[in-house]
Amino acid sequence: MISRFLLVCFAATLLASCSGGESNVQSGNRDGIFHYGNGSEPQGLDPHVVTGVPENHILRALFEGLTVKNPYTLEPEPGVASSWDINEDGRVITFHINPKAVWSNGEPITAGDYVWSWQRLLTPTLGAEYAYMLYPVKNAERFNKGTISDFGEVGVKALDTQTLQVTLNERTPYFLQLMDHYSTFAVHRATLEKFGKTSDRYTPWTRVENMVSNGAFRLKKWQLNRRIELEKSDTYWDRDKVKLNGIVYYPTENVVSEERMFRVGQLHYTNSVPLGKIPVYKAMTNSPYVQAPYLGTYYYLINTLTPPTDDIRVRQALSMAVDRDKLNKTVMKDTTTSAYSITPPDTLGYYPPDLFGYDVSRARELLAEAGYPNGEGWPGLELTYNTSEDHRKVAVALQQMWKEALNIEITLTNQEWKVYLDSITNMHFQIARRGWIGDYVDPNNFLDLFLTDGGNNNTGFANPDYDDMILREAPQSATREERFAVFHKAETLLMEQMPIIPIYTYSSKHLVHPSVNGLPPNLMDSINMKYVWLDQGWQPPSEASD
Amino acid sequence: MWRFISLRLLQAIPVILVVITVTFFLVRMAPGGPFDGEKAVTREVKAALEAQYNLNLPLFQQYTSYLGDLAHGDLGPSFKYPGRSVNELIAAGFPVTAELGFYALLVALSIGGLAGIIAALKPNTMQDYIPMSAAMIGICMPSFLLGPLLVLVFGIYLDWLPVSGWGDIPGDKILPSITLGAGYAAYIARLGRAGMLEVLNQDYIRTARAKGLPEWQVVLKHSLRGGMIPVVAFLGPAFAGLLAGSFVVETIFQIPGLGRFYVQAAFNRDYTMILGTTVFLSVLIVLFNLLSDILAAWMNPRLRAQYGSN
Repeated sequence: MISRFLLVCFAATLLASCSGGESNVQSGNRDGIFHYGNGSEPQGLDPHVVTGVPENHILRALFEGLTVKNPYTLEPEPGVASSWDINEDGRVITFHINPKAVWSNGEPITAGDYVWSWQRLLTPTLGAEYAYMLYPVKNAERFNKGTISDFGEVGVKALDTQTLQVTLNERTPYFLQLMDHYSTFAVHRATLEKFGKTSDRYTPWTRVENMVSNGAFRLKKWQLNRRIELEKSDTYWDRDKVKLNGIVYYPTENVVSEERMFRVGQLHYTNSVPLGKIPVYKAMTNSPYVQAPYLGTYYYLINTLTPPTDDIRVRQALSMAVDRDKLNKTVMKDTTTSAYSITPPDTLGYYPPDLFGYDVSRARELLAEAGYPNGEGWPGLELTYNTSEDHRKVAVALQQMWKEALNIEITLTNQEWKVYLDSITNMHFQIARRGWIGDYVDPNNFLDLFLTDGGNNNTGFANPDYDDMILREAPQSATREERFAVFHKAETLLMEQMPIIPIYTYSSKHLVHPSVNGLPPNLMDSINMKYVWLDQGWQPPSEASD
Repeated sequence: MWRFISLRLLQAIPVILVVITVTFFLVRMAPGGPFDGEKAVTREVKAALEAQYNLNLPLFQQYTSYLGDLAHGDLGPSFKYPGRSVNELIAAGFPVTAELGFYALLVALSIGGLAGIIAALKPNTMQDYIPMSAAMIGICMPSFLLGPLLVLVFGIYLDWLPVSGWGDIPGDKILPSITLGAGYAAYIARLGRAGMLEVLNQDYIRTARAKGLPEWQVVLKHSLRGGMIPVVAFLGPAFAGLLAGSFVVETIFQIPGLGRFYVQAAFNRDYTMILGTTVFLSVLIVLFNLLSDILAAWMNPRLRAQYGSN
């Protein structure tokens, strides 16, 4: 009988699975293999084509930029470039390429590789979404937009095989940080040209058998939607410092499943932690839970062009009536910090202006001045968010706060991701949920969102003084203090107008196995795999803990 | 019989054409496109991206060129995964989903079939009520509840089975197969019970009993084939449903199957991927329905005669 046969089969497999009991973490600690929950399957591994956080994690292990962020300080340290000089007005940077830096096929990395790679990134027909990363370079924007077609006019030159000279439009203090962003990485020209045109988005050059990279690790195995395996590169110039023998990335899309994988020792490190489990992990002794401030802000966009939110007093009233600390304590389980402006605090030493706080009586006054005393005559307001349980919780909490403080009705609408993006872009909303994660640590990365007609402005906020401060005054400042003072002035102007309701500063949240070392939390949630090592002798605590 | 099969296959062609056309235009009507992201791209970049994938051409021209490629078996490049073709993504995901669906069907047939037979043997007694109540619970319990429950008990508390993966750790295929199969097992149990009850009341069964055959022979040799006809008719749609509906189980257990690609393609507005998977699955559904009709005819002499005479 079929069923009896099947039962026997199941029993046999069950028994077999019980006998062998070594977890990924145990075998990984022994062999130096790091098991990494990476959130989702990467779109691909071409650094000029893909965008996204999971892609970033893998690309920064496979490749290395001219400079690299130190994971402890986030300051640039030598990568492919062993040193660099910056001229007096800050506009010319000369990179000296490490003669020991080679590709994974053994060929040396030259300054010409960078010129060619940056030309590829900026080639208009490639349609690279991160091409703007190089816009600080002279004429790069014009080349990318097709205004000029001669790449010779763009400010990047190979003076000789080891010397790369970059000319910028103006002093750009964060430019060295951009050299650690995957879009500015060099790719191996001969390999790419073997598999297609420079501007082709889809060629097989990133397949295991074809790929050439230059980082501390190289691609070993790529099983779609299952795992990506990297092994230590034996050609990497600083290979003696690399302690791991390999990394396995898992596309852990479901955060609850990921947590279960961590619990049974299938992962050393998780991409995230389910909100509901955080109090449990926080209460543990020797907790694997690691939380750190993250360079990102969660906020609501306000449509400043349509009533009632075209009235600045309404916008201010809405923002002041939000009890952010209470939200963080109850809904967010203490995993975030209250935000009162767009730039996260301590962005490279910069602190945003502190203009307002939770102030119900002032909010009521403002609303009355705007013509809605105690919510009378309120025309109603719609809050749009992309479908997600966590966004819904925040929206419901704010809806209630506004009802209690101002006696006004807010309706909630959730939209599927792409529909929501469409609404945001076309400003078909009254208030909408938004988040922004910085690409580099600098106030500019947050403040240039609100330039007039900026692609990510989406509020209708337009102020020529503001534009002038961000585009002209700040870059011309000679010192960091002066520059930050300009940003502070600009951000004050922005927050007085209140085109957004800042809600909280994000945190990075991970479960990290106690055997993992060299993985400090930082503002960028940036991991340099070169520094990571696993404690081979790690033993679970003697008494069983649950 | 051959005439019946070829006729059914011919009927399938317009059905699939309609599916392609409706899907093609429906996905284009949905707001948002494949290159809309959280960070807005410039107009120039978006135009370049659309040109790379021929999205700048008139819609009808895109449609005809898609049909042309499809005729050659080319489903086009994926928008979401540059460097991968839709054919390749389906080839990577489908074997996994098919394997999962097959095991789930085995689970469903063995548990459901057994429960149905047992219940039918003594109708309206405890032997009937207990398996049928269990089946009712099985139908009601969604896989997104059953899966995590099984994982919690067998994966975490008892530590007998892996909590996720597919073919990575021995035993990791057991829990997903049971989770996916459970709901279908419940249906099969109810269908099997009904089918068996009808057959067990037939005259030829009474004859078999009257000539003194042992009960197991009456059940297994004489009633089973007839009693299982409703179950077999259900198998085709069930298997197709298993393939298309495995998304939830694939997500819970981190299984690299087609279901995850299918659902994510819709979220990503990955036009070619949505079309490719839809066309592929609709072809499969047509085929499986046909297969289960053939199987049912083989088991039921009356149907066979009907097809033969036409």
